[in-house]
Amino acid sequence: MKALLSAPLVFVQLLYQSMYLALSQIWANKMRSLLTTIGIVIGVASVTAVIAALTGLKAQILSQVETFGSNTIIVQPQRPDKGPQSHLPWWHFRFKAEEFEDILDHCPSLARCSRISYTGQNVRYGERSAKDVRIVGVEPSWHEVENRPMVLGRKFSIIDEGRPVCLVEPQLRDKLRMDKDCIGESIRIGYNTFRIVGVIERRAQLELGGSSREDYEAIIPFKMSSKFGKPWIMALAESKSTEMLEEAVAEIKFFLRRARRIKPGDHDTFRVESLKSAIKTFNEIALVVTLVAGGIVGISLLVGGVGIMNIMLVSISERTREIGLRKAVGARRSAILTQFLVEAVILCFVGGLVGVGVGKLLTLGIAGINPLLEKTYIPVWAIALSFGFAGSVGVCFGMFPAIKAARLDPIEALRHE
Amino acid sequence: MSAGNGKLIIRLDNVRRIYKVGVERIHALDGISLRLYENEYVAVMGQSGSGKSTLMNVLGCLDRASSGYYELDGQDTTRLSDAELARVRNERIGFVFQSFELLGQLTALRNVEIPLIYSRDGWLSRRRRAKKALERVGLGGRIKHRPNQLSGGEKQRVAIARALVCDPSILLADEPTGNLDSKTSESILELFDQLHREGQTIVMVTHEEHVAKHTKRIIRLEDGHICSDLAAEDDIIGRGDGEGKML
Ligand SMILES: Nc1ncnc2c1ncn2[C@@H]1O[C@H](COP(=O)(O)OP(=O)(O)OP(=O)(O)O)[C@@H](O)[C@H]1O
Ligand SMILES: [Mg+2]
Repeated sequence: MKALLSAPLVFVQLLYQSMYLALSQIWANKMRSLLTTIGIVIGVASVTAVIAALTGLKAQILSQVETFGSNTIIVQPQRPDKGPQSHLPWWHFRFKAEEFEDILDHCPSLARCSRISYTGQNVRYGERSAKDVRIVGVEPSWHEVENRPMVLGRKFSIIDEGRPVCLVEPQLRDKLRMDKDCIGESIRIGYNTFRIVGVIERRAQLELGGSSREDYEAIIPFKMSSKFGKPWIMALAESKSTEMLEEAVAEIKFFLRRARRIKPGDHDTFRVESLKSAIKTFNEIALVVTLVAGGIVGISLLVGGVGIMNIMLVSISERTREIGLRKAVGARRSAILTQFLVEAVILCFVGGLVGVGVGKLLTLGIAGINPLLEKTYIPVWAIALSFGFAGSVGVCFGMFPAIKAARLDPIEALRHE
Repeated sequence: MSAGNGKLIIRLDNVRRIYKVGVERIHALDGISLRLYENEYVAVMGQSGSGKSTLMNVLGCLDRASSGYYELDGQDTTRLSDAELARVRNERIGFVFQSFELLGQLTALRNVEIPLIYSRDGWLSRRRRAKKALERVGLGGRIKHRPNQLSGGEKQRVAIARALVCDPSILLADEPTGNLDSKTSESILELFDQLHREGQTIVMVTHEEHVAKHTKRIIRLEDGHICSDLAAEDDIIGRGDGEGKML
């Protein structure tokens, strides 16, 4: 019974003693240990930071998918990369409102489609004003596509088209110091008067590097946007179902090529994207980033591992007599092996710990750069992965020195100067 | 020889240890036959290079004989694996070195605990047993000291406590007083005397006749053979004024 119990106990005590010895050894050589583990620190810090950034970006994109719905299609003008048209100025390719006429009749997979226009105008209410407010012109179906909840009042309907009515965000309402219930009030947008019929929630941050928080937005019927010259036009559409998404994208492309009279063989002058394809694009980018980061991480872990191996070899040659003594009092090879392996692994874990700390700082930095990355955080599995990496580097690169130590002849080791 | 009075602990039959250096073969031990019994107190003497340390290493299972037979506690050690030899060193042998071999970053207590770490059932009782061993060598009040806070004599006492902590069949000491001044040496030798009275079997290597005088049996080596093996009172070389006289 006692012998049965003692076998695992021997191992536990060996590990415990090895850990104790390793920590005191590392503590005694603080500076050296820290410098040694710098490769591991960099490796682990970059693993965690990259994973955190990607996770954050993904969370952000998924939250957009939630608000938009996964059947949403975005249509934007785009200058072709190649061909004779690639030299024309970008405004040459802007959409005209009439290009989308009858789109629903020609695209059977589409449930709805709304043109959207953007201009910047000053907005005034009495003495108060807000400069360069984003004026978004939408069609009534836009409400169903973008799903932005109303705070007060009502959504646009068909009867509003061509009428000077508008929706405002709570932030704009407050900026203009209007009553909480501002329905029925009139504001001046540019040189035109609009009547507020509803208050709509601010939209989720959308574009990369997009609108900073100080931007205000007011929404008017699409037809009214012609009052502000030639606005920038895009379209937001929704397929009837997720299965019909690809089909719908193809239909829109076909429809627009005809509407814009693009000859066969010429490049598209627009871009049709579904959020699904945006996610796909993101995943492709994420894969590339992961591979590149993985390469960097691999190299720094390799360098770190060589550093660990080097310091372990130094440590073993410094402690040759200790090894001889331990063997003389009955340590087996496996015990010596364990001791030095544990020391290498702990060294790597210390590097991993510092690395996760640095990674955390990097993550906070990244989160501050761009609102799109504000969901950046280090998932628990990334920390586990980092420690896994660090640990395996310790085992791989600590193995050779540990074997070397375990093989030492006790008599020669004790004779070592 | 003190044959017959007690249990046989060590039996060496025609043991050789041959080192090959290049083409040369050095016979460090050249046919040693020897019996040691329980509670013997033995000095191994001889000139430098006569093979004393080699003999101790073979006795201590740190080294293997090139040929011959070595039995410890009734067990044939010549066919044991490395791991089994490690266990024999751990359980049956206590080694004391000339240069103490304490680990500088550990306290006296932790140093004494080291053999118990590698022992089969020493783990749970290691603190208590290490403390007891330190008390036995008169260092009960120094358990928290590190080696650099101890005098030479105290260091050697810690090393002796470490050798005793697993309750070995035999205590082997290779020039245990070689690094100590004469007064400290004397106190260490008194400790050995005390251990001998308590029943410990002891073999120690020394160069000095006055050290050997503490023991009960003196084995003299020359070029790897035993040239004299006598009870201390019969050892005339040690009794006379010295060197040069051989049996
Ligand atoms: N590893 C080795 N390789 C080759 N020869 C060795 C080795 N170890 C010892 N010898 C030789 O074996 C012989 C005996 O050495 P040993 O160390 O046993 O002597 P010793 O009696 O302990 O001497 P000292 O009193 O100086 O310690 C010497 O001639 C030595 O040169
Ligand atoms: Mg010697």
